[in-house]
Amino acid sequence: MSILFDSSSRVIVQGMTGSEGRYHTTRMVQSGTNVVGGMTPGKGGQTFEGIPVFDTVAEAKEKTGANVSCIFVPPPGAADAIMEAAASGMELVVCITEGIPVNDMARVAAFLKEHPTTLIGPNCPGLATPGAGKIGIMPYHIFKEGNVGFVSRSGTLTYEVVSLLTQAGLGQSSCIGIGGDPIIGTTFTRILQMFEEDPKTDAVVMCGEIGGSDEEDAAAYAKTMKKPVVGFISGRTAPPGKRMGHAGAIISGKTGTAQGKVEALQAANVPVADTIFDIPDLVKEAMRR
Amino acid sequence: MKIHEYQAKDILSRYGVPVQPGKVATTSEQAEAIAREFGVPVVIKAQVYVGGRGKAGGVKIAQTPQETREVAGKILGMDIKGLTVEKVLVTPALDIKEEYYVGVIMDRATQAPVVMVSAAGGVDIEQVAEETPEKIIKEPIDIRWGLPAWRARDLLQQAGMPSVVVARGGTILSLLARAFVEADATLAEINPLALTADGQVIAADAKILVDDNALYRQKEYASWSEPEEANPLEFQAKAEGLTYVKLDGNVGIIGNGAGLVMTTLDMVARSGGKPANFLDIGGGAKADVMKKALLFVARDPQVKGILVNIFGGITRGEEVAQGIIMAQPELPPGMPIVARLSGTGEEEGRAMLADAGLTWGFDMRDAAQKIVAEIRARG
Repeated sequence: MSILFDSSSRVIVQGMTGSEGRYHTTRMVQSGTNVVGGMTPGKGGQTFEGIPVFDTVAEAKEKTGANVSCIFVPPPGAADAIMEAAASGMELVVCITEGIPVNDMARVAAFLKEHPTTLIGPNCPGLATPGAGKIGIMPYHIFKEGNVGFVSRSGTLTYEVVSLLTQAGLGQSSCIGIGGDPIIGTTFTRILQMFEEDPKTDAVVMCGEIGGSDEEDAAAYAKTMKKPVVGFISGRTAPPGKRMGHAGAIISGKTGTAQGKVEALQAANVPVADTIFDIPDLVKEAMRR
Repeated sequence: MKIHEYQAKDILSRYGVPVQPGKVATTSEQAEAIAREFGVPVVIKAQVYVGGRGKAGGVKIAQTPQETREVAGKILGMDIKGLTVEKVLVTPALDIKEEYYVGVIMDRATQAPVVMVSAAGGVDIEQVAEETPEKIIKEPIDIRWGLPAWRARDLLQQAGMPSVVVARGGTILSLLARAFVEADATLAEINPLALTADGQVIAADAKILVDDNALYRQKEYASWSEPEEANPLEFQAKAEGLTYVKLDGNVGIIGNGAGLVMTTLDMVARSGGKPANFLDIGGGAKADVMKKALLFVARDPQVKGILVNIFGGITRGEEVAQGIIMAQPELPPGMPIVARLSGTGEEEGRAMLADAGLTWGFDMRDAAQKIVAEIRARG
């Protein structure tokens, strides 16, 4: 077991024939992911590394039985790609694209309320289930099979912390990058719920950052969980009103500060690591209890 | 992206929102001519990208064209929170009876535009929200439908506005929501929406923020871009396509990925240093990008040393090392640099740095401690 993605998942890649799509499709296949098709309008009938390419997601689903889509479509067409995937019955859509207009994402959010699809991202590194493969751009070699669930808003910070966990002998059940945009498909709270219900996960690491109040909401849920959660918040030195790289990483007024998030987590009995190097020990300690 | 008040009013007037007439002047002579054209008294308003213009002395009334010239002469060139006033809006003074607030903002929690309405207008709405939240009516809207005028009238009525404002303001609010969606705004507000003594309902001030991610399809508004940042380095960075934020310390910081760079800043602070900046070079950066980033960070005269922290996935250690070595001859002599490379090509990259006599850290903490120590050692 794992969350969202396992070895039974049948994956298509939207935008597979572009340079990013090609590069990362090859690496997804190498990690063991069952990539059954690609989709690029106008490239139907071609193949890439023996994988058939289709003109529409509906056709790709019909011909391959795909249930998961990974999106590498550039920003102007990315929202359209997400809605096409949802309308075509994809159960899980992982959108890597950075730079989608926020109004487009508000339209997607409204659209997804009427569809049973789970969206991860956009502006995210994707997800991985060690032993089953990955969807997106995470470097797969850093993972190790195990029982720690991992969720983060960021890409490279995720790789750092996962590497530390792996070095400390703490393998992972699944690792989810939910994305750094203001409007994302799946929040920390929803991922924590999935880990709480996953029999293979015994503890969860949550790496948040400044901006919005998703971490505060997740803290309220973490308080009700049976499994321990360890937190980390980046951006303690970020000044208010400045966008720190991610479109969503901005302190507006008194909302979204690192201190507010740390306090909310601590109030929910979630230990918060001062630096990422403290995370493995906090996880071990939490699992002993 | 920020735009000026006069530009926000221009956008709203295209949608049929009644706005206070006025024209922009860049010289005091122009301001005087505008006062003669519209008739006095006039209000002279500094057009700068910061709030609190009034308190800073950037908004003044003039009773005669001559006075307009004098007042405009004082406001033009004035420094407001680090930004120089280069334009003023000259607009006939309104006889305002009541001031209200109407706005639309993109809301993260509901993942939708939220309409905000308050009878307490003309003041800082964030302050109203904090002190008397019950005075603000909020309602998320379905972005695919927009805000129908009847629904806008309901909201204005709930906020306790008089009949004339419910009727005319309803149309205005509906148009404001339409402008918000079509202009790819993240914020569009009219504050105050004025009820004048002669019964007009009119936008006396307006503010619009345009989503940076949508500028590719909002070409006209994108062309209005001006230096937003009081800090000249931040403006230059934007022009050069670098994701850079200026901070107050002396440790320059470069990394890949927003979360990692933020964490690196925190680590430097924890190691007793003070970060000078945030700079994210993104994924897959080549040697020339690394070099450009180093030279850019070194332009800040406060920077006494630079920490490079790269987690290599698609970014290769050799490329990063190559970029650091290439930048050496152009950096200020003796500027300490500590690089931390991890992942793809880390061994090769570290060997290249060692050969060139440069310092590397084996992890983020080690590198942060080394750069802080090197800067201290140089006093």
